[in-house]
This record gives sequence, structure tokens and C-alpha cells, in this order.
Amino acid sequence: MPKTKTPDELSYEQAFQELEGLVASLESGDLPLEESLKLFERGRLLASRCSQLLEQAELRLRQLAPDDQGELTEADFELEE
Amino acid sequence: MSQLTLFGVEPRIWSVSDLNRYIRQSLEGDYRLQGMWVAGEVSNLSRPGSGHVYFTLKDAEASLRCVMWRSEAIRQRFLPREGDGVEVYGRISVYEAGGQYQLYADAIRLAGEGLAFQEFLRLKARLEAEGLFDPARKRSLPAWPARIGVVTSPSGAALRDVAQVLRRRFRLADIILAPTPVQGPEAPAGIVRALEKLNRVCRPDVILMVRGGGSLEDLAAFNDEAVARAVAASAAPVVSGVGHETDFTIVDFVADARAPTPSAAAVAATPDQTQLQQRVNLARRSLARNLARCLEDLRADVGRKQLALRMLSPQARVAGARQRIDLWMQRSQTAMRARLSLQQTALQGLVQTLRAVGPESVLARGFAVVFEAERGAVVRSRRNVRGGLKLSIRVQDGAFPAVASEPGE
Repeated sequence: MPKTKTPDELSYEQAFQELEGLVASLESGDLPLEESLKLFERGRLLASRCSQLLEQAELRLRQLAPDDQGELTEADFELEE
Repeated sequence: MSQLTLFGVEPRIWSVSDLNRYIRQSLEGDYRLQGMWVAGEVSNLSRPGSGHVYFTLKDAEASLRCVMWRSEAIRQRFLPREGDGVEVYGRISVYEAGGQYQLYADAIRLAGEGLAFQEFLRLKARLEAEGLFDPARKRSLPAWPARIGVVTSPSGAALRDVAQVLRRRFRLADIILAPTPVQGPEAPAGIVRALEKLNRVCRPDVILMVRGGGSLEDLAAFNDEAVARAVAASAAPVVSGVGHETDFTIVDFVADARAPTPSAAAVAATPDQTQLQQRVNLARRSLARNLARCLEDLRADVGRKQLALRMLSPQARVAGARQRIDLWMQRSQTAMRARLSLQQTALQGLVQTLRAVGPESVLARGFAVVFEAERGAVVRSRRNVRGGLKLSIRVQDGAFPAVASEPGE
């Protein structure tokens, strides 16, 4: 089994998808207790991670611009209001 | 006058109203005059407070009075200025009060837009025949775009609209702007380049191609064949949001999704963060509920097992053994008691026998027993008795002393 990432390392999409899968396997309901508890704890952390990402997210605006070498990169960008 | 009365019939005298109405009805009865494009130059333009637009259309040799009612005027993307070469669509009728026939205009466009529109239709038909608008080609948009590319002008209102919508709706994404002019002669090539760079350098999950409203000419870049082909070739799915609700461009047909405005394009490409939060909360509650149920099941299971265990435990066997011991004890006690009472009965029998064979009963019959008073021995023979020997004579009810007299013989 691959080493599972801690929820803090996951993107919103990854965390949410894992959370949904986990709820589904808990709902199927025939897991041993220890496994269930492990899943529940993991699910709790995933849900917190999702909420945290949603609450803290700030829209980042970047723009494509050439750097010193003339290579295109993403640079910060401010909107003129 | 003589001619008119030639047949002795008075000629019909028309009222002006009747005549004007007749002329109006005649003109309105000619289908060719009831839906037509007229080209000319705008002059005598006026737009009074009523909102209706009055102007004269003229060419080198003639002029035509035109009116566009307010209800039509407000629907126009373009209203002409003095001197503009325009094409006007409308119908011919008569303003009876003024005795003026005029063109009642429904639509107006700059001269040449008609050509552009023909070109638009031709290109659309060609690309459609190639299958570029095929619904099967259209890719679905990602549920959670982490990187949203935007192809538009860095200073346009479209970009601000998109940023505003996303700030409210989905702040998880990075917006990457690929700046390009979106109108003018450089626009088509600029848009193609921006799209290509965005796909190559940033690999966005979805691309918004947006521009605010404008005239058909302003939106020309989005009807450009090269731009349409670049959209079709884009690695990331493209959402178009060009112009206002009613504007359709070639890019709208090629794009994977078409939104009526830039703001709507931003909405179409992203989930609503509030709803995402609700789904997370739902999952969280479902987790807790499942765990509770799981624990409840396990608790019930444990209860059942405990019961089963109790039945099987050595304690139960010990208790059983103890009970058996009690039983044995009881039985042995009963047996013992029975034996005892049996023996008692036997004993009593013996005592009675004893009594029967003992001296008491003999004494009761009147015999006596003689003891030597000092030695306590029973006197069995006269040879043991000398005169003066103290004796104790035992009869049924006790003993009394006696002294032996001198033996005679």
C-alpha cells in the first residue's frame, strides 16, 4: 500500500474525494472496529482540511509574462480597479 | 370638368384623410415594401425626449424619411451618427397627418456589417460541416479547477467581472491571465498566441475566453477562423463568454461551453464554494452518524457475546458442582439421620432386654441380693459367711444392712 499522505498535504479535490470514498466505505458498514475508528479519525481530519482550505482560500491572480531570459512565466498581477 | 361629367356621373371627391389612408393601404399591401434593407447616408438625425429616432437616409440623388420607434431603438447595439453610411431594415408606410411616406426602421447597422454577417454565416457553415461544433467534441468542464486560464485584455471590464465572480464564488483557484488585445487588427493573432502559451506554459484545468459587449465589428476577433481553430485545438476545455446575452460568435459554437457574458463564464467554470462547504459538512455528519451506528452495533454484539460467555464459563460449572455437592450432602445427612434413628431404636430394644434380664426385674419378683458390706462382693455361698459379718441386703426398692448370726452347723 502506498504511504498515505497527511491531510495537510492534500489539495481540496484530493481531500474531498478521499472523504467521500471514506464515508461510502463506512456506510457499507462491515469493517472491523479498529478499521472503522481509523477511517473515522482520518475522515475527521480530511473534513477539517477541506473546511480550512475553503475558509482560507484567497483568489490568486497571476499573469503570463516573459522573465529576464524572455521565457514565459507566471507573475503576480494586480487588477486596476 | 366636362370630361368628368362625360357619362353623367358625378366624380368621387376624396377627402385628404381618405386619400392618405388609401395610399397607406396601397403601400402596406405591397409585400416588397414591407420588409427590406435600404442603404444610404444618415442626415437630419434627431432623437427627442420620446426616445424615437428620426433621420433621413439619402444617396446622391434621393432622400428617404426614416423613423425608428423607441422600442426598437433601445434594442440596437448600434445607433448611427450624422453622416454614417448605414443599412436600415424596415417597412414603408405613410404618416397620414403629414402626408409623408417614410421608412419605419426595425434594425440598423453600419454599411459593410451586412457583408461581415454573410462572411460570418459562410464561416459558420464551413466549420460546422467540418464537425467543429459537434457536441461529441465538447469536453466536460472539471468539477474543481485549480488553475483557471483567462484569455482577455488585462484592462478590460471582462477580467474584472471574472475576478469579482470568482472572489465571491470559488477562491480555491489560481487565475492565470494570458493578456491579449481583444479587438482591432492584432486581436485574432494575439488571442491565438495567448491560448497557445496558456496551454503550453500553465496547463490550466479550464480556460475562459471573455470579452465585454460591443458592436459586431468589436467582436470580429471572436468570429475569426484562426481563433475558432485555436479554440478547437486547445488542450484545456474552453468556456466562451463574449459580449452580451444576445451576441453569438463563432467561438461560442466551437467552445466546450458557451456562456452569455464573462461573469456567466466564470460561474459556468467553477463550483460554488458555499455548496462545497455544505457537502463537507454533510460528509462530516455522515461520518459521525456512521461511527455511532458502528459502535452501537458493536456494543450490541459485545452484549450478546458476554451472555454467551457467561453460559460457557467455568464459574457456571463450579456453581453446578457446588449444587451437586449440596445435594450429596443433603442425601448423606438424611441417610445418616435415618441410620441414627434406627440405631436408637435398636438401643432402646437392647435396654429393654437388658432390663428384662437384669437384677431389677428379679428383685421385683421378691428376690434379694446379699453383699458383703465391707468388700461389696455378692455372697454366693454359705461358706463365705461367718457370724458377725456385716451384710447389705438389696431388695427391689433399696438396700438395708444386716449382720449374720453365728452359723449353726
